[in-house]
Amino acid sequence: MDEIRMNLLKEVADLDALPVGAYNIRENGKAAGRNTTANIDIVTKTDKPGIDIYIAPGTKKESVHIPVIISQTGLTDLVYNDFYIGEDADVVIIAGCGIHNCGGELSQHDGIHTFWLGKNSHIRYVEKHYGEGDGSKNVMNPTTIVHLDEGASMEMETTQIAGIDDTDRRTEGDLKAGAKLEVREKILTNGVQNAKTYFNVDLNGEGCSANVVSRSVARENSTQFFDSRLNGNAPCAGHSECDSIIMENGRVTACPSLTANNIDASLIHEAAIGKIAGEQLMKLMTLGLTEKEAEEQIVNGFLK
Amino acid sequence: MLELKHVGYVAEDDTEILSDVSLSINERFVAITGPNGGGKSTLAKLISGIYMPTSGQILLDGIDITNMSITDRANLGISYAFQQPVRFKGLRVRDLLRLAAGKDTTLAQACNYLSEVGLCARDYIDRELNDSLSGGELKRIEIAMVLARGTKLSVFDEPEAGIDLWSFQNLIRVFEKMYEETRGNILIISHQERILSIADKIVVIRDGRVDRVGSRDEILPGLLKSADAGNTTCDILTQKAMS
Repeated sequence: MDEIRMNLLKEVADLDALPVGAYNIRENGKAAGRNTTANIDIVTKTDKPGIDIYIAPGTKKESVHIPVIISQTGLTDLVYNDFYIGEDADVVIIAGCGIHNCGGELSQHDGIHTFWLGKNSHIRYVEKHYGEGDGSKNVMNPTTIVHLDEGASMEMETTQIAGIDDTDRRTEGDLKAGAKLEVREKILTNGVQNAKTYFNVDLNGEGCSANVVSRSVARENSTQFFDSRLNGNAPCAGHSECDSIIMENGRVTACPSLTANNIDASLIHEAAIGKIAGEQLMKLMTLGLTEKEAEEQIVNGFLK
Repeated sequence: MLELKHVGYVAEDDTEILSDVSLSINERFVAITGPNGGGKSTLAKLISGIYMPTSGQILLDGIDITNMSITDRANLGISYAFQQPVRFKGLRVRDLLRLAAGKDTTLAQACNYLSEVGLCARDYIDRELNDSLSGGELKRIEIAMVLARGTKLSVFDEPEAGIDLWSFQNLIRVFEKMYEETRGNILIISHQERILSIADKIVVIRDGRVDRVGSRDEILPGLLKSADAGNTTCDILTQKAMS
C-alpha cells in the first residue's frame, strides 16, 4: 500500500499494518483485502454493495476491522454492511472511513451499518470519519441502525475530527428487555463545514437503558445541528447529553426530545452550548500557556 | 522580590477597588488579610496579570511587569492559586499537573505533588477536573499545581477554604516545603489565625488601601484584640480572642 492509503488506515482504524483477526478493507468502492476466522465470517452481498458479517454465538476476545478508504476524487460510494452478532458473543468492531481528495470533484461515502445483537451479546463499536487533501468537497453520511435483543449491550464511539465538509449522521436503535446502549459522539467542525446528527432510540423492553452523549466543537464559520429523540415505551432509563463549545462564528443548534409512553420511563436530557469560559483560559495562562495554546488544550481535552 | 508602587485599580463601572497600594514582598511568607470586599483578591489578580492596574507600577526582581500578559508573568515566575478553582470537562488531574510542571514531568513526580496535598495519587491522577470533584478536592489540586510549578513567587487566594478534612498543619507544611525547594516568596491571602501566625510579614488591606503592614509580632496582636477587626475581618480570630 502506498503512503496515502497507509495514512488513511492509520487515521480511521489506527492501523500500521494489516490487522490481526477478521478484516475487510474497502478501497475506492472495491474490496481490497479480507480475512475471516473460525468464529467470524464475512460474506459479500449479492443484491447490493456491501458485506454481511457473522459473529458466531459465544465468540469472545476477537475483533473485526472494516475500514473504508477513498483516494479517488469524484467517487460516490454507497455501502450496506450488516452485522449479525450471536448470543453471548463479546467482540470489538472497528469501522471508519478516510477520504483523501486531491482532485477538483466531490468525494462521498455513505455507509449504512445495521447491527443485530443476539441475547446477552456485547459489542464495542468504534467508527472514525476523516478527510484530507485539497479537493473540492468530502462528504460522509453514516447511518447506524442497532437492534438489541434481551440483555444485549453496545458501546458505540463515533468520531469526526477533521476534513469532512458535509455530514448527515443518523443513528437509530431499538432495545428489548435489559438491553443497554451507550453512544459517545465527538465532532469538530471548522471552515464552512456542516454537520447534522440525529439519534432516535426506542426503549421497548423492561429495564433497558440508553445513554447518548455528544460532545462537539464548532469553529470558524461551521455549523452543527443536533437532534436526539429518546422514546421510553417501557419501564426504562434514558439519558442524552449534548455539550458544545462554539468558537469564532461557529453555530450550533440542539433539539433534544424525550417521549415517555410508560409511567415508569425515566428520561433525562442535558444540553449546554457556549464559548470557552474565560476563567478556564486564564487558569491555563497562569500555568504559562499562551491563549491559543490554552484553547487547544481545552478543546483537545473536551474531545478526548 | 515583588514591588508594587502606588498601584490603583478602577473597575469598568468606575468603582475604585484599590488605591495607591505600595508594598514590597521579599519575605518567605507574606499574609494579606482584611475585611471582605477590601480588595485583597483584586490585588492577587493584579499581581498575576488577570487584571491590569489602572495606575502605578509592578516590578518583579526589578523588571517592570505592569503591562505584561498573564502568560509572560507566569513564565517569568509567578504562580497563582485561584480562590475558586476552575473546572475543566475532559482535562484530567495529570494533564493539569503536566502543564503546570512542564512537559518532562514523570507520572511519579505528578503523583508526588498530589501526595503532598493529601490526595491519594492513584485515586485522583486520572480524574477529570469536572463536577465530580468536591470544592475541597479541587482546592487541593489547585495547590498541587502551584507546587508543581515551583516558581519564585507563589500567590494563594484563601487556600484554607474547603480543606476542613485536611489539617491546617499539613497546609502549613506544604508552604514550608515549597519554600525549602523554591527559596521564593509565598504570598497568602487568608483570614485564618494559624496561617497568619506563620507569616513573616502581614499586610492589612481595608477599603482598597494598605491599612497596616509589618511583621507578625507587630500586626497579629492588634488583629486579635481589635473587636472592630473581628466583626469585619476575622470572625475566627475574634472568637479565639474572646474565649
